Amino acid sequence: MTALISGLVLPLLAALAAIALPARARLPVALLGVGLTLAASIWLAISVWTNGAITVSLGGWQPPIGIALRADGLGAALGVMTALVMAAVALAARHEMEPLVAGPRTSFGFWPLMLLLWAALNAVFVSRDLFNLYVGLELITLTAVALVAISGKAEAIAAALRYLLFALAGSLLYLAGVVLSYAAHGTLDISLLAARTAVPGDALALGLMTAGLLVKTALFPFHVWLPPAHSAAPAPASAMLSALVPKASLLILLRLWFEAMPELATPVALFTLAGLGALAVIWGGVLALLQARLKLIVAYSTVAQLGYIFLVFPLAGGDGAAQPWAAGAWTGAMFQMLGHGLAKAAMFLAAGIYIAAVGSDRLSDVRGLARALPMTGFAFALASITLLGLPPSAGFTAKYLLMTGAFASGQWAWAFVLVGGGLLAAAYLYRPLTAIFAREIAVTPRPIPWGWQAVPLVLAMLSVALGLLSSVPFDFLQIGRPDQAAEGL
Amino acid sequence: MTTTLPVLLLLPSLVPAAVTFFLPQDSHALRNILQLGGAVLKLGLIVWMLVAVATGATYEAEFPLAPGLVILLRIDALALLFISLSATLWLLTTIYAIAYFGTKAELSRFFGFFSLCVAATTGLALSGSLISFFIFFELLTLSTWPLVAHKQDKPSLAAARVYFTYALPGSAALLWAIIWLESATGPVLFTEPPDLSGLDPAALRAIFALFIIGVGVKAGLVPLHGWLPAAMAAPAPVSALLHAVAVVKAGAFGVVRIVYDVFGAENMTALGVGVPLAIVASVTIVWGSVRALQQDEIKKRLAFSTVSQVSYIVLGAALASPLAMIGGLVHLVHQGLMKITLFFCAGIYDERAGIKRINGLNGMGKRMPWTSACFSLGAMGMIGLPPLAGFVSKFYLGLGAIEAGAPWVLAVLLASTLLNAAYFLPLLYRLWFLPCAANTKCDERAPGLVLPAVVTATATMGVGLLAASPISPLGWATLIVTQGYGP
Amino acid sequence: MSLTVFAMTGATLVGLGVYGLLARVHMLRRIMAFNLIGSGLFLFFGAAGARGAALDPIPQALIITGIVVALAASALAVGLVVALARSSGTACLPDEAGDT
Repeated sequence: MTALISGLVLPLLAALAAIALPARARLPVALLGVGLTLAASIWLAISVWTNGAITVSLGGWQPPIGIALRADGLGAALGVMTALVMAAVALAARHEMEPLVAGPRTSFGFWPLMLLLWAALNAVFVSRDLFNLYVGLELITLTAVALVAISGKAEAIAAALRYLLFALAGSLLYLAGVVLSYAAHGTLDISLLAARTAVPGDALALGLMTAGLLVKTALFPFHVWLPPAHSAAPAPASAMLSALVPKASLLILLRLWFEAMPELATPVALFTLAGLGALAVIWGGVLALLQARLKLIVAYSTVAQLGYIFLVFPLAGGDGAAQPWAAGAWTGAMFQMLGHGLAKAAMFLAAGIYIAAVGSDRLSDVRGLARALPMTGFAFALASITLLGLPPSAGFTAKYLLMTGAFASGQWAWAFVLVGGGLLAAAYLYRPLTAIFAREIAVTPRPIPWGWQAVPLVLAMLSVALGLLSSVPFDFLQIGRPDQAAEGL
Repeated sequence: MTTTLPVLLLLPSLVPAAVTFFLPQDSHALRNILQLGGAVLKLGLIVWMLVAVATGATYEAEFPLAPGLVILLRIDALALLFISLSATLWLLTTIYAIAYFGTKAELSRFFGFFSLCVAATTGLALSGSLISFFIFFELLTLSTWPLVAHKQDKPSLAAARVYFTYALPGSAALLWAIIWLESATGPVLFTEPPDLSGLDPAALRAIFALFIIGVGVKAGLVPLHGWLPAAMAAPAPVSALLHAVAVVKAGAFGVVRIVYDVFGAENMTALGVGVPLAIVASVTIVWGSVRALQQDEIKKRLAFSTVSQVSYIVLGAALASPLAMIGGLVHLVHQGLMKITLFFCAGIYDERAGIKRINGLNGMGKRMPWTSACFSLGAMGMIGLPPLAGFVSKFYLGLGAIEAGAPWVLAVLLASTLLNAAYFLPLLYRLWFLPCAANTKCDERAPGLVLPAVVTATATMGVGLLAASPISPLGWATLIVTQGYGP
Repeated sequence: MSLTVFAMTGATLVGLGVYGLLARVHMLRRIMAFNLIGSGLFLFFGAAGARGAALDPIPQALIITGIVVALAASALAVGLVVALARSSGTACLPDEAGDT
């Protein structure tokens, strides 16, 4: 319980301290906050591993009056992934967000925003209350928008405003669904909603909430805000925006469909969600092929990679009774969430290093940088392996489990999406990789400290290690897993 | 000990790989010691294991990942055959590569991936389940890509791209086949053939086709062979590795595993997929030879020759008669020895005399006698002259074809032999009977390059002469077939 | 009866807001449209909580929270609009600026 609460409180306190304390103390305080929150997240994961899912009723008030927080395997795993990404972002931002480099205003704003974002993410990962989730989502949106705009450049502000428009529309749709649901059932707690007596209006409420969350997750066709926003932000911010922020709304979506209202999952609804995911895989991949800037390629690849996760809706469970080991599609999608987070953060941080080294992320300017910055090139290549879904990375584990689910449940057409998406990813990542590993150097780079270069490499290695050592994370994700994830919707 | 040895076998290549990546460019001595030490250590372990296996020990190591994903390393007779071949040739290729590159740039990267590639091949050979086979198969693709692209010039990068465009869809097909099959049968282990009764014959045929496409890309089956001649842009040690030790062999080895350990010879016959596979292999054998005839570059000619020769292994597996199988399996070793000899020599001609095209070979027999003698031995073996290695393979394949009731295969073998002679004999004629161009500067005072070629050329002769001995590749292949896959 | 009035008013506010969001490109108008939608939803929420014999306190608590959140969002949005107007001279998004 203490671990759960400290994961929420520590980053908030650190954020406040980073605002209030004089400039000299800002960085040490922020880094201290990062370290402590990382420790709290790991501690939470360990206690979930040893004791099972942890439930906390705030102030001793039980739902429906009070608010319940619950750390299950999925929430705690996302918490650890977030903590690792945040720690990496902090280590990279130590260099990139120096007042001399980024300007005093950006450097002032970055640390509190990052810590606030972290607190909000942790809140979403453990909340069981629809309105609490709304507040968490809004906090994420506001900090994320501010992070996009933090450089103060005109294009960044325009991208941030566009993002804000979409995100607010998404929030209001979600809120409308929450209000309808409360009006019908008088509760906002996910567990109590699961036990409610269904009414005809539920479909509308779930539809509104889902639509809002899809906008925030940037699922095709609501993805148009994502690439400009993610590429306009400074690289450490992009890493958080791409690796972590969409996961929050996606998690709520999963909790709604798998835990709160699983009986509303009609074949048509499931097909629509997965179909949009498939379109996202294709469309994101094709657009990534057409980009000339590293960060835009990586941002479009986020659109594609998030699409895979939506295949979980029709595939979860599979024919669990016939082949017990086939009931892994749900876990496969969760592996995709975790692996993509680590790999995508590694890619954006690598892009940040290139921008710091040559002042641009155009493919023509990053040519040959692998020779001067070998660790960064290696990190990008390793992260690509995860995005391609090649063994032994986490991306492969995800693809394998989802494909097995597809075949076991007789819906093998979805496997085309998984295989085709992998080939498309190979196509769009091949260009940046050949550019980085080219023999001739286009622009002579500034030297980059080793400690900074190692940051994306460690993240990329973690994304591979997650696949290589997948049996423990697999079991961990089963803790507190909703039954519908095993039996199928 | 029974679980640690398979892991120990991976380490002599994995550890040097991991360390080599971080070595500074100019620490040549340390890098060479690491590479050679690893190779020697591994060979020693294999010899030790051969002795142990002969006295009845079994080895198995298991690493469970997510459910269904189990990395299983197991040592059986077939694995031993492949792993002994790759370990021996790895040591020779390492010696050759060290001499070939000297003090050129980016060697830490090269040898890092070189070792990684061999580690992947070892893992592939030791894989005891379909999914671990796939994992190492992919690792092999990833680790050979930087080797093909090593020179980083336009032709190399283009070759590497072609390699990926063939390899990735191939592995997608393989993954598709594995998951399709396993979703019905559960995880497939090579020790016990899976129960295929849950799938209808049409689905099984489709799965078989996907499997063959998946491994066929690496084995260079026509029409999936296009990457192999393109990959000739790579340096000579890489070609040697690709053609004789790792990639192409991994494909052929995969065909054998899939035919005998996944489907089983009986199921293959019942499904009626053996004959189509034999036809594809035959077409590949003839087409590869015809294309080789048209090539003017030595390495390109050798590449098409590989396309043709590797399909002997596939043909042996497809015919599914014991003698044909023996012929196919023994060719796994024989083709490796002969082809690596030829590539070693091609590399020496290129590096020491600047000869890339066949007309440059005129009169080289007198100028570079050792290299030319080795080259001639390798080429004559490929043609199948007795008592060289290639003859043994072809003899058994021919017997097997009659045994399997497919006498048309004899015509294929005959045509292929004639074609082999047609594209190799002119080279030998040029080497030994034509006068050389006066101004060619050449010498073969490079023991690191010539010695490995001499060793493999001698082995080409040795495995043919001593074929009757039980420890020869033929003896081993006979053992595998009679013990493991006998009817 | 009065609850229906509240609910209807809420729905009307939401409709007005949606119209404003779609029809106007000036960012300040759009932010106001968002606030209209939010207020409509809160009104509806309040009406939902006032049904039945006993008054449900939860919607009121939540509405207050929601208003604070909406205020924060509006403040950030207005700040961004001001920054956009300063840097680009228009308070509309780049590709929509033409059709004010």
